[in-house]
Amino acid sequence: MKTIEDLQKIREEMQSKISLRKDDGDSIRVVVGMATCGIAAGARPVLEALVDEVGRRQLKNVIVTQTGCIGVCRLEPIVEVFEKDKEKVTYVKMDPEMARTLVSEHLVNGRVVQAWTIGASE
Amino acid sequence: MKELSLNVLDLAQNSLSAGARHITIEICESEEKDSLHIRIVDDGAGMDPDFLKRVTDPFVTTRTTRPVGMGIPLIKMAAEMADGQFSIQSRKGEGTELNASFRLSHVDRMPIGDIAGTVTTLIQGAPEVDFIYIRRTDSGSFEFDTGQIRGLMEGISLREPEVLGWIREYIAQGEAGVMAQEV
Repeated sequence: MKTIEDLQKIREEMQSKISLRKDDGDSIRVVVGMATCGIAAGARPVLEALVDEVGRRQLKNVIVTQTGCIGVCRLEPIVEVFEKDKEKVTYVKMDPEMARTLVSEHLVNGRVVQAWTIGASE
Repeated sequence: MKELSLNVLDLAQNSLSAGARHITIEICESEEKDSLHIRIVDDGAGMDPDFLKRVTDPFVTTRTTRPVGMGIPLIKMAAEMADGQFSIQSRKGEGTELNASFRLSHVDRMPIGDIAGTVTTLIQGAPEVDFIYIRRTDSGSFEFDTGQIRGLMEGISLREPEVLGWIREYIAQGEAGVMAQEV
C-alpha cells in the first residue's frame, strides 16, 4: 500500500539531498513526442520507461520532457536527445525496452545507438 | 487508440496546449446503468463558436506540422461505436468541457486501460498544472488532486521520478479499491 506517509518520506529524502535535479544549460534533455500520433503509436509507455530508468539510475543531469507532433508521425514513437555542444539525436519507432537501453547506452555510457536513429531508418 | 485512457491523454494534452491551469478528468462507470462516462473539463483558452462547430472534423486542427487532427474525431468515433455520444462545450476565454458516453457492455466499447499511466504522464508533462482525477463506480469513488500533493511536497517538483512513481501506484491502488467488487 502506498500512503501519504510514504510520499512524505520521499520528500524528506529528497530534501536531505543537496543536488536536486535542476535545469541548467548543461543538462541532457530527452524529449518524447506526445501528440495524437505519438500516443497512438505507444509513446506513453516509452515516456514512462524513460522516467523510471532515469529515476532508478539517479541521473540528476537528465531532464525528460514532452512535446507535440514532431512532424514524422509514421516514425513515432520518437525520442529526441539534446546535449550541449552536440548535434541532436532523433530515435524513431521506440518501445519501452529500447527506451531503457537508450538510457544506459546513450545517457550513461555516451554511445549513440545508431541503428535506432532516424538516419538509419530512412 | 487501443484504450480509452490514451484518448484521455490526448484530449488533456489539448487542454494543456490551450493554457489550462486546472484540468478535471472524471470517469464514471456503472454496471447497474450499463454506462461509462468520460468527462474532461479545463479552464484553458476555449474556442469561439465557429471553431467549435468544426472541431470534430479531422481536417480542422491547430497543429502546424500537418493539416489533420484526429484527437476529437477518434473519441467521438469510439463513443458512437459503443452506442454512446460525444459532446463538446466551450466558451472563448473560459474553458472547454468534453463528454463522451458509452454503453459499458457494448462489444465495441474499448477498454479504459491504464488511466494511472495517463494521469502520471500528464503530471510529468505539466507538473505545475492542477489535475483532478475522479473515478466513480457502483461501489464508490476515488479522487486524486495534484493541488493537495503539491502542498505536501514543499517545493519539490511533482516531475521528480520518485514522486511520479508514488503517484502512479497511489492512483492504481485507489482505483483497485473502487473496482474491488468486480473481481
